Amino acid sequence: MKNRLLWPLIALAALLVLNLVVTPSFFALRMQDGHLYGGLVDVLKNGAPTLLIALGMTLVIATRGIDLSVGAVAAIAGAVTCVHIGSSGDAGTAFVGMAIALVLCAVLGLWNGFLVAGLGIQPIIATLVLMTAGRGVAMLVTEGQIITVNNDPYRQVGAGFVVLPISILIALAVLGLVAFTTRKTALGMLIESVGVNPEASRLAGVKSKTIIWTVYVFAAVCAGIAGLMISSNVSAADANNAGLWIEMDAILAVVIGGTSLAGGRYSLTGTLLGALIIQTLTTTVYTIGVAPEVTLVFKAIVVIAVCLVQAPKARAALSFRKVAVS
Amino acid sequence: MTALAQRVPSRFLPVLATVILFVLAFGVGSVRYDGFASGQVIANLFIDNAFLIVLAAGMTFVILSGGIDLSVGSVVALSTMVTAAGLRAGWPVPLVIIAVLLIGSTLGLLMGLVIHKFDIQPFIVTLAGMFLARGLCFLISVESVSIKDTTFRDVATAVIELPGGVTITYNVIIALLVVLAALYVLHRTRFGRTVYAVGGNEQSALLMGLKTSRAKVGVYVISGFCSSLAGLLFSLYMLSGYGLHAVGMELDAIAAVVIGGTLLAGGVGYVLGGLVGVLVLGTIQTLISFQGTLSSWWTKIVIGVLLLVFIAVQRTMMRGRFRSLA
Repeated sequence: MKNRLLWPLIALAALLVLNLVVTPSFFALRMQDGHLYGGLVDVLKNGAPTLLIALGMTLVIATRGIDLSVGAVAAIAGAVTCVHIGSSGDAGTAFVGMAIALVLCAVLGLWNGFLVAGLGIQPIIATLVLMTAGRGVAMLVTEGQIITVNNDPYRQVGAGFVVLPISILIALAVLGLVAFTTRKTALGMLIESVGVNPEASRLAGVKSKTIIWTVYVFAAVCAGIAGLMISSNVSAADANNAGLWIEMDAILAVVIGGTSLAGGRYSLTGTLLGALIIQTLTTTVYTIGVAPEVTLVFKAIVVIAVCLVQAPKARAALSFRKVAVS
Repeated sequence: MTALAQRVPSRFLPVLATVILFVLAFGVGSVRYDGFASGQVIANLFIDNAFLIVLAAGMTFVILSGGIDLSVGSVVALSTMVTAAGLRAGWPVPLVIIAVLLIGSTLGLLMGLVIHKFDIQPFIVTLAGMFLARGLCFLISVESVSIKDTTFRDVATAVIELPGGVTITYNVIIALLVVLAALYVLHRTRFGRTVYAVGGNEQSALLMGLKTSRAKVGVYVISGFCSSLAGLLFSLYMLSGYGLHAVGMELDAIAAVVIGGTLLAGGVGYVLGGLVGVLVLGTIQTLISFQGTLSSWWTKIVIGVLLLVFIAVQRTMMRGRFRSLA
């Protein structure tokens, strides 16, 4: 386990050192009006939605699935909440709006779970349906407009502070919750067993289908919360661009963290590290003054490198060479 | 009708269903809107979707072999960018065309080699390819680059008059030639038969002594080539190169192939199915634009629903087949 997390840790450390070299004040933290500011806090704050979605994605991937629809679901969550809030400024409306959005996300998760566990469609394809149609639905909700709201309680979710930014606290709370429920109970092991072999697990008495439904619902709700953060941070819902490509970032974070795409094992700490690496990478690209769009090239290189390191065939080739040398 | 159904071999039924869907959709349009049932509307279906026809042909190869290629949309964008930048730098048109096709095929070759040699899931490798190609676009230029070359513009605006006053562009001719070539390769060459065999059962194909590795890598080269050719057609259509061109086009291509009756599990399907799939998507778009009050995001929702219906039907057909085998 430690060995598996070594490389992500080294990568993260290297990125942080690079930032320190470019901007010496990167690690400086300062308190202002009871709020904590600084480069590291920014990384955490901007990485919170990715971390949340990656947490949901970790469990989905552990069952040998994948959820491509999370970006669209995030856009729907933001759109529904902002439309419900409208021009209202009071807290009640904001909370009702968020509750409606999250319930809706859970329903969308049920839908994905139904396609995968109920109909037995390959996860990539099953969630592709919602990925395509979901943005259309979000556009339908906002009627193609970017909806702006002016609601202070809602703004707190993505931009508020309780010493640390609230979005970080939410993401960490969800991380803690997942870690507790899956690692302190048998749930995590059951999820892994479904990932290794759903049929064998079913025969062994594990409710495979229920577990698959559950992880897709959880992933969708995580995506919903992330969507709320993204939309609340800018006090607007943009059906087209909110959460665009975030599913790719989330998958990347999970893979970097050492969770195998073949399912059967997962590491929440790894996912946390993966999400931090991605956000730090993005920040680094900004600070060293390369056009932000070029981040995609770096991400591509990271994906390929990580996959090659994970691939049994590549490992075999490497260890063979080591044996030959020694 | 039943007599017809009995005479048609069951393997053609999915394609036939798509053709009927196309005729129905077009029929509804012809009855409801004046001027819908004209030769030019049909010609426009081809003109506006020529690049998608080429993409779908390439994607058919990949899906038949049991893989998937998520990079096609980005490779289209990269091709428009290389075309625009190359022409701006004063390269002669033939050189630009060769460069674009080489880049696309090479990217495909690299992805195919990584997928095959290291046994990594096609989904994640082509995802990395998608990031890489988009990132490379932005490395060339972050802004949109317009194409001012006169030769290129002449080809783009040239029309061919067909009998009945219907006009088409050279794009359509190229797209149809690609479909013919794809038909020939799939059904009349050893490579094509191997692609079907690999998609049906890779292990059996290998044991039969077929050159499976060549087929597995080859389909990605073909898909890369088709993507870059589609990119050329797209730059003729848009007369500009931009890193945000063709976002999500991979989904349209996959949707067209699936609606055209190709099984996502591989091994079953036809190039012509993909062509009809593109025409169905195009007809839906035309219907929505003729309707006038429906907004364009309905297209996404309808495509999602169609995708779902076809996957569900595929699923039940597969189950039926296994039951009859047992």
